[in-house]
Amino acid sequence: MASRPRTLYEKIWDAHVVERRDDGTCLIYIDRHLVHEVTSPQAFEALRLAGRTVRRPDLTLAVPDHNVPTTPRRDAAGHRVPIADAESAQQLQALERNAPEFGIRLIGDTDVEQGIVHVVGPEQGFSLPGATIVCGDSHTACHGGLGALAFGIGTSEVEHVLATQTLLLAQSKTMEVRVEGQLGPGVTAKDVVLHIGGVLRASGGTGYVVEYTGSAIRDLTIEGRLTVSNMAIEHGARAGLIAPDDKTFAYVKGRPYAPKGEEWDKAVAWWRSLATDPGARYDKVVVIDAGDIVPSVTWGTSPEDVVPITGTVPAPESFADPSKQDAARKSLEYMGLTAGQKLTEVEIQNVFIGSCTNSRIEDLRAAAAVLKGKTKARNVKWAIVVPGSGLVKRQAEQEGLDRIFTDAGFEWREPGCSACLGMNPDKVPPGERCASTSNRNFVGRQGPGARTHLVSPATAAASAVAGRLADVRAI
Amino acid sequence: MDPLREVSGRAIPFGRKNVDTDVIIPAKWLKTITREGLGKGAFESLRTDPDNLFDSPEFSGSPILIAGDNFGCGSSREHAAWALLDLGIKAVIAPSFSDIFSGNAFKNGILTVVLPQDAIDRLMEVAQTDPLAIDLEHQTVTTPFQDRFTFAIDPFRKHCLLNGLDEVGLTMARGAQISDYERQARENTPWLAHTA
Repeated sequence: MASRPRTLYEKIWDAHVVERRDDGTCLIYIDRHLVHEVTSPQAFEALRLAGRTVRRPDLTLAVPDHNVPTTPRRDAAGHRVPIADAESAQQLQALERNAPEFGIRLIGDTDVEQGIVHVVGPEQGFSLPGATIVCGDSHTACHGGLGALAFGIGTSEVEHVLATQTLLLAQSKTMEVRVEGQLGPGVTAKDVVLHIGGVLRASGGTGYVVEYTGSAIRDLTIEGRLTVSNMAIEHGARAGLIAPDDKTFAYVKGRPYAPKGEEWDKAVAWWRSLATDPGARYDKVVVIDAGDIVPSVTWGTSPEDVVPITGTVPAPESFADPSKQDAARKSLEYMGLTAGQKLTEVEIQNVFIGSCTNSRIEDLRAAAAVLKGKTKARNVKWAIVVPGSGLVKRQAEQEGLDRIFTDAGFEWREPGCSACLGMNPDKVPPGERCASTSNRNFVGRQGPGARTHLVSPATAAASAVAGRLADVRAI
Repeated sequence: MDPLREVSGRAIPFGRKNVDTDVIIPAKWLKTITREGLGKGAFESLRTDPDNLFDSPEFSGSPILIAGDNFGCGSSREHAAWALLDLGIKAVIAPSFSDIFSGNAFKNGILTVVLPQDAIDRLMEVAQTDPLAIDLEHQTVTTPFQDRFTFAIDPFRKHCLLNGLDEVGLTMARGAQISDYERQARENTPWLAHTA
């Protein structure tokens, strides 16, 4: 029997159904589970209280990232530096206790492989195309850049996966976001996903799994695809997906957890079969012309508040929706901006290059290429580069990128989530502005009162030099 | 989990759109290793305003929250649901919810009610002065003024909420089916069924 044409999402879904219920919800098998220190303590506590074990510790990997300071982890004598914040230290200790107790591998904060879970998963080959991947973190959508069905879950679901290696899920609707054409100079994967977020708005993807297609997406490197899929959640999508291709296979091959030998060949054949069939139907299709995308920046406090770097701060009255007008007024007040102001005239005091969106080696290379031989402007008080993992850091140092950053006046840090969210010592001071390569510009996200402008690594670097938000194409 | 059949009482007429989980509970409150006590940090940035709804004598401790579109967007932190519970909120009514938040709410026995914007507008008006009643069995929200709005809910979620069922326990009872799946996966996709 010829089966009907299916999308990439439907194929991965169908391959993971343990049981289909009468109401259409399915018990879905989870192939890979990433665990970090913030959303797991209460899940392990619940298992312990109920006398339950972890069903598949071998499919689970624990990495601390949110709380860890990005200052050196060992002192000059090689001793581990204690974490000053008592609550952060307690969460880390909980993970260090829980992982071995339940038989889970822990990549600890002093291991070279440590980093942000969404950088570590693909880097270790733990995240694979066609796999179902979950983590108690909404940016798990990131792994969709490899063609994995990956999504964030809450702590009760973390507990559910630990205990059963499954989740009970309703199938999502499907959306194709097709980006056709060639990206212009200075336009990066980050600009693509910021632009998409502006088109779809913050809730446009709610209830959907978004598959990013089209020549502009195919032309991205794997790291660029991880950046795009990472921010699927910022338009409300459950997950993002990009069909795995030869570039994906080349990226995965040889990584520590990647399949080997005969299994590798079988895996590649299966991965190739996952691409959306010709004639398969999506519930919604959005087409974007790559030529319309320019280096982008956010002006407000929602990732949907995107404008071209060449643009101006919009007037609240320019929005049709009265509640958006109200939200825009509040955003402008919080951000200290006025309608009509040119973005390139907005002064910045901080620059953050890092986060699960933009802390991989290509991101650091792109920023370093702009910074080489230049220094940050005097009004930029704090500029840091936080590699996504210890391995990214090592690679960057081998390429001499760390010197370019430090010569330009940046601090070169240890891996972690850092200033993407105010959970560790890296925070943007109240009322100050930050050009940030992270993924969220929410009120207080980078610290109480902090004003975030989301940008690409190249734009962040250009802005550091200019001391204002800057068009990388003009530098 | 306690069974949930009805939620009635005053409703906080909050009404805001795109309320993200950083607003519901800021990151600095995520450092706990237990589920209790997060009500103090709930909506912290809004509660610096002395006239905020959450601490007003009229609405403090209300079991229902009315919000705008896309409530609970942003991070996956279940602390958002725990913070609402700790504030005493048992049901949230909004035109739409983020997928992750509504799952987290359900797993903690919080009912999320989706109603169209015009119904929300009416409930916001009533909530200023009068209580609301949500009946999960009959899937209705009613006011003292004969308004009656019906809402849809996933039958499985309804069943679990009405009976206070623990989802982990229910799935563990399907252990044999999960083992069958794992056997097949070892044959078909062995590179997924184990790690190198």
